[in-house]
Amino acid sequence: MSMFVYYLGLGWRSLRRNPVLTALMVMAIAFGVAASMITWSVFRVVSGNPIPWKSSQLYNVQIDNRGPQYNEPGNEPPDALNYTDAVALMQAHKAPHQTMLYDIAPSVLPQNANDLPSTTTGYATTADFFTMFDVPFKYGSPWTNADDDGHAAVAVISDALNQRLFGGANSVGRDVTLDMHAYRIVGVTEHWDPKPRYYDAYDNMEFANPAQVYISVNRAVDIHVGMAGRNNCGGAPAHFSNDEQWLHRECAWIPFWAELPTQADAERYKEFLTAYSAEQQQAGRFQWAPNVRLRNVTEWLDHEKVVPAESRISLFVSIGFFIICLVNTIGLLLAKFMRRSSEIGVRRALGATRREVYAQFLMEAATVGLAGGVLGLLLTIVGMQGIGLLFEPDVARLAHLDMSLLLTTLIVAVLATVIAAFYPTWRAAQVQPAWQLKSN
Amino acid sequence: MQIKPILAAMRRHKAGTILIGFQIALTLAIVCNALFIIHERIARVSRPSGVNESNLFVITSDWADNSSNDNIDAQIKADLTALHQLGSVQDATSLNSFPLHGTGWDNFIRMTPDQIHMTTDASVFLADEHTLGTLGVKLIAGRNFTPDEVQSLTIQDMKGWPAIIVSKDLAKVLFPNGDALGKQIYASNNNTPSTIVGITDTLQSHMMDSDDNAFAYNAVLVPMREVGTGYVHYLIRARPGQLEAAMRDVPKALIAQNRMRIFDPDDGEMTFAQVRAKAYERDYGMAILMGIVSAVLLAITAAGIVGLTSFWVGQRRRQIGIRRALGATRNDILSYFMTENMLIGVAGVVVGTLLAIGINLWMVTHYDVARLSGTYLLVGAVVLLLLGQGAVLAPALRASRVPPVEATRSV
Repeated sequence: MSMFVYYLGLGWRSLRRNPVLTALMVMAIAFGVAASMITWSVFRVVSGNPIPWKSSQLYNVQIDNRGPQYNEPGNEPPDALNYTDAVALMQAHKAPHQTMLYDIAPSVLPQNANDLPSTTTGYATTADFFTMFDVPFKYGSPWTNADDDGHAAVAVISDALNQRLFGGANSVGRDVTLDMHAYRIVGVTEHWDPKPRYYDAYDNMEFANPAQVYISVNRAVDIHVGMAGRNNCGGAPAHFSNDEQWLHRECAWIPFWAELPTQADAERYKEFLTAYSAEQQQAGRFQWAPNVRLRNVTEWLDHEKVVPAESRISLFVSIGFFIICLVNTIGLLLAKFMRRSSEIGVRRALGATRREVYAQFLMEAATVGLAGGVLGLLLTIVGMQGIGLLFEPDVARLAHLDMSLLLTTLIVAVLATVIAAFYPTWRAAQVQPAWQLKSN
Repeated sequence: MQIKPILAAMRRHKAGTILIGFQIALTLAIVCNALFIIHERIARVSRPSGVNESNLFVITSDWADNSSNDNIDAQIKADLTALHQLGSVQDATSLNSFPLHGTGWDNFIRMTPDQIHMTTDASVFLADEHTLGTLGVKLIAGRNFTPDEVQSLTIQDMKGWPAIIVSKDLAKVLFPNGDALGKQIYASNNNTPSTIVGITDTLQSHMMDSDDNAFAYNAVLVPMREVGTGYVHYLIRARPGQLEAAMRDVPKALIAQNRMRIFDPDDGEMTFAQVRAKAYERDYGMAILMGIVSAVLLAITAAGIVGLTSFWVGQRRRQIGIRRALGATRNDILSYFMTENMLIGVAGVVVGTLLAIGINLWMVTHYDVARLSGTYLLVGAVVLLLLGQGAVLAPALRASRVPPVEATRSV
């Protein structure tokens, strides 16, 4: 321990001896680590697994309902289902849990008639949505499958909307007016905002503000609650002239998810999807062989290319930048250590072992790394304020400073500097005491 | 200048030589690609929209009551009449989307009804007879829409589009011979043909993804008011110099028409300048980041060269003294260090060029990045070599001032 303090003191004194060189190294490490940490703070969120405990059991379903001539390369079917197929799969009930959903953006009337209406975003979906995606509830509970079957006018609202409309009180049993229609509130969710929002990557909502309302899809379709998401007819001519035809046209707009606990379940479900498509082929609706896809959460996020290219490129550039800063540090440490060859010679002649020389110089490098880390921390904090310049607001919001980021910054800075110091230290330890003493 | 002795001396301090060379190589690789990304982003940002953007703004009205499409259609008509009567407003139009908006409706354009693969893709702007005037886009051929041509449309009800106006670039893609006017194409989801009745000057689409670059100037104007989506965009051209007044007057006038509407506090009302800034914020961000990274990298590399060369000069004071004593001039010493740096620099630049090309090829395959042009490599290489020479100058001058008497000291 006393040696540790002694080396720390030696390191400190040596750093003060060439302040310019030291400042150079500290700044290089600080800039490198700060750039890496700022871009990492975004990347760790956009590339994260939003539901790690269940991501291999939740599957997105795709069915080719338009034919190979309209498909993406690789005969990739549309990324969402049309209404006909979604309803058929719901009714077949071949998975323990399954859900369909579409984006809605209804207006909400305030409880106080003098206030102005406002907009909300959310989903028309089914009861299983909440159990499948582990939505936490503050008050009440999800609606039931019976509510879905009965086309009930029920709603689940978010904590934020509950705060806005009811001042945070338990609103279960009260009514909420969405697009001029009344819905009975059955539950209020806790703040729930998985990022990326895997279950709605189809609508490019991965990083959107959290949803505020959920209503039963059967009811929504009955009363024509408008679809606010993406509708992809993929170039296939769509003939329709009324609502019923519009609903059943071959356009993709309904993400469909199934919960399949085991690999065997997933295989069985895929067989079912294939059989369903074959049935449709026999019935004459599909003029092509069954073409289905089943992707779990991570595969789905990958397929949807959820990580923005900007995030990846800026992370790579920052890491490249950090590496250059480290190469620079190796060079400067080498210069600094070798300049002290005679000092090393004297120490070795006086009985210091190679190991002690190692310890001393690595300690000195760690001091540089720590100083770089602290400065890098400050730069990271400043840089986080400017992150809005780099990413669109939805993504920029995700970046936040937390303890783990601060600790990582320090640890990465110290560790990287110590690793960079290995070669210069090894060279320093190779100094022959006799030669040094002779030449002076 | 003899190169052989320099190479021989380099062998004595391999590590430092390799480190500087490596640093130059990495810096070149990153700076080249960063500058290229900056260039690409700036090129994107500075492309024209075709819209006369000054004195123009957008207000988006969300409807609180969506229950009746007919009511909303009547409300849009009443809103537009009210807007046209405002003193600060020169012209106004309703649209489903607009240039640079990012979201909107694009349709595959086909030349025949049974064609399976699209000829091209284009923005569908559901417009009226005031759209061109409001946007400040000129008609270069044909005619504008007439007021009675404009109908209402819901996405559930797929009417044919008998008359459409297309942008110049779309007309050129569809009819390269320049005879698009009066021709029929298949642009709607309904399988009836649409006749091109007018061609506009340059007009950018709503599509902002780099995937859609090929369609960036493809736009189809259709004489329809869209209802049933829950919102409408009004584009409004203020009288010259009255943008602020118009942006105050318009929301009031609309609320007076009907208070059951919602203007989003964040982006409910935006000048077109704000629309543009929002559309390109990622590009600006990328360019700024790459600019900062390049500047700091060059500074750090220069500092690294100064540091290591200073160390070498300090280490070789005696040898320099001996050379000076044996008749070498100050210039000889100076050019020794300059040449040494140049040799390392050239080696670094060669490796760096290969690295830069490698990184670029990797980005080409993974992201929408174009091939790096040779100019960047050339400019980057020259910049780094000059940077190296500049950085080495101070320590080299110090070396050249080492007096010959140094040879006799400390032996």
